[in-house]
Amino acid sequence: MSTVVTVPRAAAPAGSSSVDPRAAALRNARRLVAASAVVLVLAVASTFVGVLDVTPWSLWRQLATGDLDGFRDAVEVIAVSRFPRTASVVLAGLALSVAGLIMQLMARNKFVEPSTVGTVESAQAGLLVVTLLLPAAPLMAKMGVASLFALAGTGLFLLVLQRIPLRNSLLVPLVGIMLGNVIASVTTFFAYRFDLLQSLNAWMIGDFSGVLRGRYELLWLVLALTVVGYVAADRFTVAGMGQEFTTNLGIDHRRVMVLGMTLVALISAVVVVTVGSIPFLGLVVPNLVSMLVGDNVRRTVPWVAVLGAGFVLACDIVARVIRYPYEIPVGTIVAVVGGVLFLALLLRGRKR
Amino acid sequence: MIELTGVTKRYGAQTVVDDVSGSIESGGLISIIGANGAGKSTLLSMAARLLPMDRGSVFVDELDILSTPSDQLARKLSILRQENTLSVRLSVRDLVAFGRHPHSKGRHTAEDREHVERALRYLQLEELADRYVDELSGGQRQRAFIAMVIAQDTDYVLLDEPLNNLDMKHAVEMMRLLRQMTHDFGKTVVLVIHDINFASCYSDRIMAMKDGALLHHGTPDEIMRPDVLQEIYGIDIRVEQVDGHRIGIYFA
Repeated sequence: MSTVVTVPRAAAPAGSSSVDPRAAALRNARRLVAASAVVLVLAVASTFVGVLDVTPWSLWRQLATGDLDGFRDAVEVIAVSRFPRTASVVLAGLALSVAGLIMQLMARNKFVEPSTVGTVESAQAGLLVVTLLLPAAPLMAKMGVASLFALAGTGLFLLVLQRIPLRNSLLVPLVGIMLGNVIASVTTFFAYRFDLLQSLNAWMIGDFSGVLRGRYELLWLVLALTVVGYVAADRFTVAGMGQEFTTNLGIDHRRVMVLGMTLVALISAVVVVTVGSIPFLGLVVPNLVSMLVGDNVRRTVPWVAVLGAGFVLACDIVARVIRYPYEIPVGTIVAVVGGVLFLALLLRGRKR
Repeated sequence: MIELTGVTKRYGAQTVVDDVSGSIESGGLISIIGANGAGKSTLLSMAARLLPMDRGSVFVDELDILSTPSDQLARKLSILRQENTLSVRLSVRDLVAFGRHPHSKGRHTAEDREHVERALRYLQLEELADRYVDELSGGQRQRAFIAMVIAQDTDYVLLDEPLNNLDMKHAVEMMRLLRQMTHDFGKTVVLVIHDINFASCYSDRIMAMKDGALLHHGTPDEIMRPDVLQEIYGIDIRVEQVDGHRIGIYFA
């Protein structure tokens, strides 16, 4: 192609010369596989942490010495308690992180996630309402009500955001946190009045210690929701660039927002119902990934999912080991580690 | 051809675009000029279905923009607004590749990749292709966005003040490039522009707006006259012939 225009070529910094995009994709895939392998190791380790002595070595010893009853008991422990716990940690970790990513794109702000925009608080309010009015409702119904409340809360936040165009990006999460606190205080008031503070606490502080076979299977739903998020990845990237940008590319902005809101609300509600809320997760993981591989959602979703699962797995192992044989809620560890990480990210971002 | 009929936009009691009718023939470069608040950007946004009209209709090659599916329109007409600050960290190549979304819906074919590489080459962005857009200078970023609409490969390209953030040198290069696009690919480029002399030197036709109305529509020779410019801007502008172009002098 001939062109008379002569635009000077800006000097490319060392190491960022033009590369074949397919080679870059291959390299990205290789790194992702390596990260997944690390998470898998963490998952196996997580399965063998606990009060009962069930480890690969104990299993081997039981087999070698012909202690088949002991072996059977150990396998039962893994099937009833250990595997469900590891699975729920992985599922909650990956889905909450992806929900945070989607929330950030919809709000066009890096400092929001479901627990800073009122989504989680709304889900908790919904849970309280259904517990008060229909205490015998099945888990699925409770989750449904919590999801509806979460959807309404997320919608309210996005509506507020549309009405008050905030110039300062730090005001956006502040508005969300205020909104969440208003909802949470109403919930707390009624929980106090009806003697349900303890249940409320369980929904507020993420804790995997109560996870057993038969009580966590609902969480598999979030895997499906995360896959939907991945399939629609391009739409979320485009939505993150604003309504006009989205419309120019022929994509219905409103539909993308509705889809994103539904995914975020459902994921938050399911996690709150089954294990309680895990704050900061959806904030830290997507921001970390954004620094490493940018914001093209097609590329970041797998990273956010893998790192999210790995992060919660590591925190959960620490939570179980630090005061062995007791454990502290994983939400506390995630909040402490996540808070420090997030501060570090903020400070580093300012330096650049 | 883009056909506007009775296009109107009101904000409360204020009419921003007032019953604008007219047609933009296909081919060539068309500039929309006028004072601040004349309704230029609003008109452009409405023509590209970014902003709902209060009244009127817009047809793009027989396609009614109100009833045509948005993705079909996105293969016919593209628009770039003035403020293009990305809140999303994308590489230049990824940004340009999103221009192919209306065609491929994210499943890029060899043809899509060729379009992307061609757009990068056309704007001489190959060396910056793997850099993040938010790390570029204002002028480079502007070129990256233009590359995206080139990759979108629409017959009509609407640009809202594409010279924003550009110094003289880059502004001239951008105008040459846009003109070149109309030659090389037979595109119709419509742009909102403040500098009447750029409009005069590079446009095939100029549309002049005032107080929401379309005041004049003609060739640069017809518009670049002291009496016409006085009517549009309300100031006295001397017009001189320099190298075959009409240049308005309004600095003193």
